[in-house]
Amino acid sequence: MSGTSNETARRIAMLRDMARIRAFEREAVAAMRSGEAPGVVHPSIGQEGVAVGVCTNLRRADRITSTHRGHGHAIAKGADARAMMLELHGRAGGSCGGKGGSMHIADFAVGMLGANGVVGAGIPIACGAAQAIRLTGEDAMVACFFGDGAVNRGPFLEGMNWAALYRLPVLFVCEDNGFAAFTRNSAVTAGAGPAARAEACGVPATAVDGEDVLAADAVTADLVARIRGGAGPQFLHAKCYRWEGHTGTDAAAYRPTEEAAAARGRDAIRRLAAVLEAEGVTAAEIAGIEAQAAVEMAAYRAAALAAPWPDPGAAFSDVQDAGAPA
Amino acid sequence: MTRLTFAEAARRALAAEMRRDPLVWALGEDLVQGGIFGQYRGLAEEFGTDRIVSTPISESTIMGAGLGAALCGTRPVIEMRIADFTLCAMDELVSQIAKVRYMFGGQGRAALVVRMPQGMWRNSAAQHSQCLEAWLTHIPGLVVAAPGTPADAAGLLVAAIRADDPVVLMEPKNLWTAEGEVPDEVAPVPFGVARHAAAGDALTVVTWSATVPVVEQAARESGVACDVFDLRSLWPWDEAAVLASARRTGRLLVVHEAVTVSGFGAEVVARVVEGVGPAGLRAVERLGAPRAPVPFSPPLEDAMRISHARVVEALRRVAAI
Repeated sequence: MSGTSNETARRIAMLRDMARIRAFEREAVAAMRSGEAPGVVHPSIGQEGVAVGVCTNLRRADRITSTHRGHGHAIAKGADARAMMLELHGRAGGSCGGKGGSMHIADFAVGMLGANGVVGAGIPIACGAAQAIRLTGEDAMVACFFGDGAVNRGPFLEGMNWAALYRLPVLFVCEDNGFAAFTRNSAVTAGAGPAARAEACGVPATAVDGEDVLAADAVTADLVARIRGGAGPQFLHAKCYRWEGHTGTDAAAYRPTEEAAAARGRDAIRRLAAVLEAEGVTAAEIAGIEAQAAVEMAAYRAAALAAPWPDPGAAFSDVQDAGAPA
Repeated sequence: MTRLTFAEAARRALAAEMRRDPLVWALGEDLVQGGIFGQYRGLAEEFGTDRIVSTPISESTIMGAGLGAALCGTRPVIEMRIADFTLCAMDELVSQIAKVRYMFGGQGRAALVVRMPQGMWRNSAAQHSQCLEAWLTHIPGLVVAAPGTPADAAGLLVAAIRADDPVVLMEPKNLWTAEGEVPDEVAPVPFGVARHAAAGDALTVVTWSATVPVVEQAARESGVACDVFDLRSLWPWDEAAVLASARRTGRLLVVHEAVTVSGFGAEVVARVVEGVGPAGLRAVERLGAPRAPVPFSPPLEDAMRISHARVVEALRRVAAI
């Protein structure tokens, strides 16, 4: 894209990241539904603006913790998407050698400390990671992703208090898609919401439209600067919508179809594309970026299907050193 | 050798490890004040409050933060105050710490120590007296150690800190003030190697943790030639030594403070029966607590306790079968 400004180039990179996440998720859901990928996936389609808006502001040395809906966070942090696709298929060469699957994607090489099958479980881990970073004098911070459902778990309260108490370099990102699994979170959550709970513990909270990646980027840039400057933890409340069900098998019959349709009308990818077109990027260039992402992820899915299964003996490795399985 | 209490031996061992390795640090409630058993006394003064961290009463985050810190290259010592409080942090221990290396395909390790003093202590009643070692030996990924002497309190702590595995260290609350000879230079005690506490041909006796001194004294005074093993670590545990002894004596008694039903003694007995064969054994017994909570009042608690008299009686009975 010769002739584009640095700012436009940065936005194009964000568009590419969001397109890659969406393409990955579409392949993942299709692979799951066809039975080619075992188990289930929790797709993050519709939430790409949060993952990308936040991770665009992180460095490689920074760490993230993620959730059961973690593919987007991993890709946005620079994880190897091919290895992720192999992992979803349970194949050798997957991110975790086939031992973790979708819900336990990790890529420590880029600071992605793991998706997690337990809601809110990343919060204490993020606090400790930040404490270690301080202890060792590393120049890095931690971004901790969790959903709105996590604010009803005890570790959320513990972690907010803990991070504020020790002024830890953590950005808490509450990805509020409105649903705790099959239940509308507002139906099971009392009080004034996630941000008020964080502020009650002394963690300053900022709200953002997570379906507007440029807004998420701008707000995150400010919060990250504060954290790197030693201001202590910050809380980002990012509203968004989960286009798919809780898992790829959930038809989400518990919510009106118009609601999901309206969310599709607020698509973060299309909104950024419109901004880019106004800045002079052609529709063809944008379509090319999206097509390239689709081709890339389709190729990874094909590679996953062609990849060998792990050696069954690997089921018994990496348990522990002392007292490992005989 | 120096004569030290269990708490002082453990305290000195931690201090030595913290001097040796700047990545070792400790977190838990009241650590700056020395910990509730004095096992951290003076350490905040020497190492500062960034390495001896007094935390809120937030068990999930004490445990989970320890994991996050381990994944970022430090070697945390996680203090749970007492084992019973670990129950507030079981997800972090069982589903996070124990599994992180495996489920991420070896990318990260939880090289950390979880200290959880356990068992009866000073009439502390049902929620402060539990022995939960069998719960944790059941969890793949964890090493479980249970010292019964001041020397092993130090040696196992050193081994736990240096290990790349997550190690659960279950120190017996009742023995913090017990004294014993401790080497001036503490060497790590290898996991899975029992201490052969007494040699004899009549009966194999297996124990660990708080019942170690009770069994040792009872064995001396029972008149029975007991072959006594203090397991020291429960996973891995010294199957080879116990099997060899049981093959020779044909009799096995396992003594532990925990509830007998589904206690770790059941595993010891099962492995000995599998390894020696029923025909090679004349007698097998377990001596543990009844399946009841620990009560408060001294005579009620004593009714639950593995006493000297009960062990002597069991040794003589099993040896006579």
